[in-house]
Amino acid sequence: MSAPRGKNPIIRIRQLKKVFRVGEERVRALDGIDLDIFPNEFVAIMGASGSGKSTLMNILGCLDKPTSGQYILNGHPTHKMGMGKLAQVRNQEIGFIFQSYELLNRSTALRNVMLPMLYSKHHIFSARRRAKDALRLVGLDDRMSHRPNQLSGGQRQRVAIARSLVNEPSMILADEPTGNLDSKTTVEIIDLFTKLHKAGQTIVVVTHEEDVAGHARRIVRLRDGRIISDYPSDEDPIHLDWVQRMSEGRASITDAELEINAKADAERRARLEAEKKNKRSLFSRKSKPEAVSTKREGES
Amino acid sequence: MKVLLAPVFFVLRLIWQTVFLALGQVWANKIRAVLTALGIIIGVMGVTGVGTLLNAMESYVLDQFEGIGAKKMWLWGQVPESKRSVMSWTDAKLTTYEANLILEHAEFIETLTPGCRTSWDVSYGKKVEQGVRVTGIWPTWHEIEDRQVLFGRPFSRIDDDENRQVCLINEQGIEELNLDTDPVGDYILVDGRRFLIVGVVETKEVSPMMGGGESRTELYIPFSTHKMMNPYTWTDFTLQMVDPDKAEDAQAEVRFILRNHRQLDPDDEDTFDMFVIQSAIEDFNTLSNYITVVLAVVVGISLVVGGVGIMNIMLVSVSERTREIGLRKAMGAKPPVVLTQFLVEAVVLCLTGGLIGIAVIQLLVSIAPLIPNSPIETLSIPSWAIWTSLIFSSGVGIVFGMFPAIKASMLNPINALRHE
Ligand SMILES: Nc1ncnc2c1ncn2[C@@H]1O[C@H](COP(=O)(O)OP(=O)(O)OP(=O)(O)O)[C@@H](O)[C@H]1O
Ligand SMILES: [Mg+2]
Repeated sequence: MSAPRGKNPIIRIRQLKKVFRVGEERVRALDGIDLDIFPNEFVAIMGASGSGKSTLMNILGCLDKPTSGQYILNGHPTHKMGMGKLAQVRNQEIGFIFQSYELLNRSTALRNVMLPMLYSKHHIFSARRRAKDALRLVGLDDRMSHRPNQLSGGQRQRVAIARSLVNEPSMILADEPTGNLDSKTTVEIIDLFTKLHKAGQTIVVVTHEEDVAGHARRIVRLRDGRIISDYPSDEDPIHLDWVQRMSEGRASITDAELEINAKADAERRARLEAEKKNKRSLFSRKSKPEAVSTKREGES
Repeated sequence: MKVLLAPVFFVLRLIWQTVFLALGQVWANKIRAVLTALGIIIGVMGVTGVGTLLNAMESYVLDQFEGIGAKKMWLWGQVPESKRSVMSWTDAKLTTYEANLILEHAEFIETLTPGCRTSWDVSYGKKVEQGVRVTGIWPTWHEIEDRQVLFGRPFSRIDDDENRQVCLINEQGIEELNLDTDPVGDYILVDGRRFLIVGVVETKEVSPMMGGGESRTELYIPFSTHKMMNPYTWTDFTLQMVDPDKAEDAQAEVRFILRNHRQLDPDDEDTFDMFVIQSAIEDFNTLSNYITVVLAVVVGISLVVGGVGIMNIMLVSVSERTREIGLRKAMGAKPPVVLTQFLVEAVVLCLTGGLIGIAVIQLLVSIAPLIPNSPIETLSIPSWAIWTSLIFSSGVGIVFGMFPAIKASMLNPINALRHE
């Protein structure tokens, strides 16, 4: 694979699985993920709807615990931690950015940005100043006393970004940060991410949009809870194909993508067959027809 | 220095923030908060209101007692129930000998006067007053009763020693018998005998509570003279104790002296009885304690009812703000921090209710004296009522806020963030 080696990874994931039980059914949202993310990487996670991106992000963000497998964050095995310890890790190591911003509506932008420091033992005497600095960094120095409902979507997301930065986390996790934004605002937010990345920040972004992914340095693609491709963005065949098509003015689903999807689905079917034979048990999750699972990417 | 202060400041900031947040929450839902806290408000109004009334009543009654004199003690002969058939009331009657005995031996008794009362017709010139109460006293009466001599002189020992036919009359008597304004030196007839008026004493209002009523003519003559005129009259003693706090010692002492003198066996009952204001005060205190207990039960019930309301609204609040809880947890709020937040909120809600209750009573208390003809001069909420109210309302907040707070703190951040 393509990540820079030689350094210790921030994230080290081995055979990570997450199974949801809904009634009788068992949904394998993550089905054995291996992934290393190194300092100062800018990773885009892509995949069809339901492929497990959010599930993976929630586990990366220590908001959720895996069913099995290892997740080692900065050398600390998080899969062995309790609620309180995980809360501390979320506070200190992770800046999480949500698609729907998740700001406190009754608090000002400044108070929202100060929120993570409220739960931290550090920066007690400098919380306000740090929050102001973070807001300045995202270009909102003139909106500090505004409440979320007095801000535009892009501004709200920038408040959320400032909030994610304020405790100097070792990485920023953003789950479809531009999902609710128009294309112009999306560009602003992505530019902000690029700027942060240049300043040394490690960033993981979930996105549906190839052009957003194009700003990342590495693209990891998920399908049905597995990683099906992992390349630097300038080597990713699907992305390159998409760039090609864009330049030709044909923005439809790419051949490269269809090819990789078909290969992955074939593998998955074979695996399921094998498991069926072995366990003679019913699996809740049937593989979806191709047309449905790829439609959304085709649209974007 | 900063390093040392940081953890303290961390906790302080957290508490400050949660209190601030809770106040904001209460303010944002003003009407809901007041309705929710109604049980608490009424409970607290109950405590402070009844507490205030109880306090006012207590100080009124104690004032009355105090007016009669906390140092006073009354003593009279008494034939015990079991000896009604073998003993006559004359045998139980107190004697001047016993009076002297007590004066001589009782350390806790400062002084005493025997007293006996007879109703006689009294006349001055043509004016006749029937059935005037004539009391026989010693000169020590002046020390015990707080009655000023307005004209003339008080009684002296010689008046009693020589059975003089002299008397003291009260102002009211001057009026009713048509005497001069200064009647000292005039003679009046008491049961047909000539008595020289040597002094005028002020009339003292006795509160209706203590069996007083309209003031009337009062005549005082030396005890010995009274005995001479009517040897069969009943006798009692009014004693003055050295120290009202030593009432029990004084009683024990007098009892010992009388029992000794009357040669009662240890298993005989007393042939006399006594009364001190102190014991009346104790009776009253017992009564007011009963009232307090009843009050406590009523308040307890209303606080529990109020608490259930608080619990209900906190559960609503938790589910309304599930997303907020999820976000706070995602930002690193540990379960105890979330728990504290909701607990503080419940306590703030209850305390707000408590303060409203106190404020309402305070308002009533400050307008009550303005009502014309009200017997109340100054009312004030006793501080114990305020403290109990505040402590109990925060207690209710903690107890009934605990379950919703635990519920909030146990929420899983992901599920909470997904909540609609
Ligand atoms: N709490 C849950 N309970 C049951 N199933 C769940 C739960 N969360 C996710 N899943 C299932 O896990 C799978 C992966 O979901 P996930 O939200 O990770 O997808 P995603 O890649 O983020 O999709 P999208 O692009 O639409 O956000 C889905 O099939 C979903 O139904
Ligand atoms: Mg998702």
